[in-house]
Amino acid sequence: MERLLEEIPSFFTIWNIIFLGKAMGVTFLLTAIGCLVGFSVGGLLAIFRKTKSILLLPLRFFIVIYTEIFRRVPFLVSLLLMFYVFQILKVSDNLFLIATITVCLIATAYIGEIIRSGIESINQTQWDAAEAMNFSYFQVLKEVIFPQAWKVILPPAFSFFIMFIKDTALASQIGVMELTFAAKILNNKGFSPLLSFGTILILYFILSFPLDRFGKYMEKKLVANRN
Amino acid sequence: MGYTLVYTQVLEFFPYLIRGALISLQIAILAFFGGMFFGLIFATIRTFGNKLMNNLVIWYVTFFTNTPQLVQIYFLFFALPEFGILLSPFVAVLVGMTLNAAAYLCEIQRAGFLSIRQNELDAAKTLNFTLTQQVKYVILPHIMKVLFPPLSNHYIIMTLGTSMAAIFGVEELTGRAFNINSETFRSVEIFSLTALVYIVITFIATFLLALIGRYFFKAKMRIIQ
Amino acid sequence: MSQIEIKSLNAYYDKLHVLKDINLNVEKGEILSLIGPSGSGKSSLLKMLVGLLTPKSGEVTLNNNQVNYTNKTDLRKIREQIAIVFQQYNLFQNMNVLKNVCIAPTKIQKRNQKEVEDQAVSLLEKVGLKDKLKSYPDELSGGQQQRVAIARALCLNPEILLLDEVTSALDPELVQEVLDAIRILAAEGMTMLIVSHEMSFVKEVSSRVVFMDNGSIIEINEPKIIFENPKEKRTLDFVSKILKDK
Repeated sequence: MERLLEEIPSFFTIWNIIFLGKAMGVTFLLTAIGCLVGFSVGGLLAIFRKTKSILLLPLRFFIVIYTEIFRRVPFLVSLLLMFYVFQILKVSDNLFLIATITVCLIATAYIGEIIRSGIESINQTQWDAAEAMNFSYFQVLKEVIFPQAWKVILPPAFSFFIMFIKDTALASQIGVMELTFAAKILNNKGFSPLLSFGTILILYFILSFPLDRFGKYMEKKLVANRN
Repeated sequence: MGYTLVYTQVLEFFPYLIRGALISLQIAILAFFGGMFFGLIFATIRTFGNKLMNNLVIWYVTFFTNTPQLVQIYFLFFALPEFGILLSPFVAVLVGMTLNAAAYLCEIQRAGFLSIRQNELDAAKTLNFTLTQQVKYVILPHIMKVLFPPLSNHYIIMTLGTSMAAIFGVEELTGRAFNINSETFRSVEIFSLTALVYIVITFIATFLLALIGRYFFKAKMRIIQ
Repeated sequence: MSQIEIKSLNAYYDKLHVLKDINLNVEKGEILSLIGPSGSGKSSLLKMLVGLLTPKSGEVTLNNNQVNYTNKTDLRKIREQIAIVFQQYNLFQNMNVLKNVCIAPTKIQKRNQKEVEDQAVSLLEKVGLKDKLKSYPDELSGGQQQRVAIARALCLNPEILLLDEVTSALDPELVQEVLDAIRILAAEGMTMLIVSHEMSFVKEVSSRVVFMDNGSIIEINEPKIIFENPKEKRTLDFVSKILKDK
């Protein structure tokens, strides 16, 4: 404990604070890009998966396979696989890019599922009514289904964002300069693990907690509205 | 370019890899049931406990669900020795995953408690059910039907989570992939094979859990989502 | 020439044969009621007419034009001519009453916004809901929702209106307000196909009654004959059971 108190002044130098701040930015950016891409592409996957046309059958099949695969492989393994694929194809050695692509691929699979179950939570009768009035598939989605389904989609989506803030910690394993990697560096520089890892635990908490609260608040409000 | 995938070499290690998968399953199952046990205690406190205990559990859950499991285990593995507590990699991972699971499984089980409907209990009482009978015929079947799908889901997530044990040197599935990789340098081959093994073991788990859920608990569960 | 002609039509829900060799003509301005036990195919017949259930064989002609239910253009055309009101009202939960009525005419039929709104308001007035324009479906009673659904169907300016058990989901005291709305339409001479369990209402408004059982049409006759002196034994069994229960 004494050692800890002695260390604190030399740990919280301007340089270290900027260093940790930047790392926190990388963690945030990885999550944010992953979730944005996941939301847009995952939304498209969900939309196409609900289509009925025979022509799109191969696409639907691909979507099912894609979501099943990316939700059944650990993030760490996907990340390493992507890392080595990039290495042998010599596409790029930008670690942040590799991590971002992996995050996007996985986020797409998970968020696609969340959006699909949101769409499915809306009663079939709403589809029948709209179809009988000549709405096209996309018109039904835009005018009737999504305005109702977002309430079902948002709460689990928020839990997912939080899960992803935490999962990006694994990007440290390929050397992406995010929070966990920063802690490892500080630890290697001789700062105690208690201080290095304890500090980033708090920083992760600062990133995640507001989202957690906001998600729970919305869930409560939306459930209250629905009844 | 100019790289050809050759699987013959890594396939020789396949039995070794599969034995690693058994260790992954072992970690997942131990941490899951450990998490269920503590989660149940926490959920009970959340439902019936006094204000202080309740708040402690709320903070426990909030802390563990808002920080990465990986960093928690780092903390256990590297920071606890400063207090004279030395954990082996396997134990550190197991403790970390159990503490984490306890937080999530507390929330899931609490939701199960809250879903019990008073009118069903009233009906049971008017039919002169004893307390044991109420639990056996009304409460448990209902809770299991509600709880089984999210619990199964979390078990799958935990199975995937065991892969971070490799980072601490545990020779489970991913750990063994690390070993084979440093021996053969067939990185893409070994990690794609490992990915496939994860897909297969989680698929088998989903299948069995859906079977159990449907048969015993009348829960609505799908194998392919 | 009949307005709708259905010839030896068959349809399935998955493997279930729900419409068996249906032959039926509907004249312009006619009010045709479909009665029969639940699961007899009455609702399926209405759903088939608006293309929510695709027929497997047989033909349907509307105003002498044969309809191909797998063809998008045909489907579009038929849904412009035939409107349906559902048992569960199926109002769009995310829209208020006025929007529910106006959305299809403006967004789908691309008609003038102002003109559609005027028509919607006068239709809602006709069904007695002029003061509920801004209410959302979950703020209305079942009877009110069903009357909105009727106004919504009428605002599409259909030639034919299908009413699928529109009073079955309502509390008894709300049934009359919906039936009154339908009586007004009946007086205006719109072609209607009505699936209903309200036998006295069916007897009162229908020009002809179709009795269905197990996916087939058993008997088509004037209401007086169906209810008092049916030709088929199965019709007699059904009618006497229903009237006895009342």
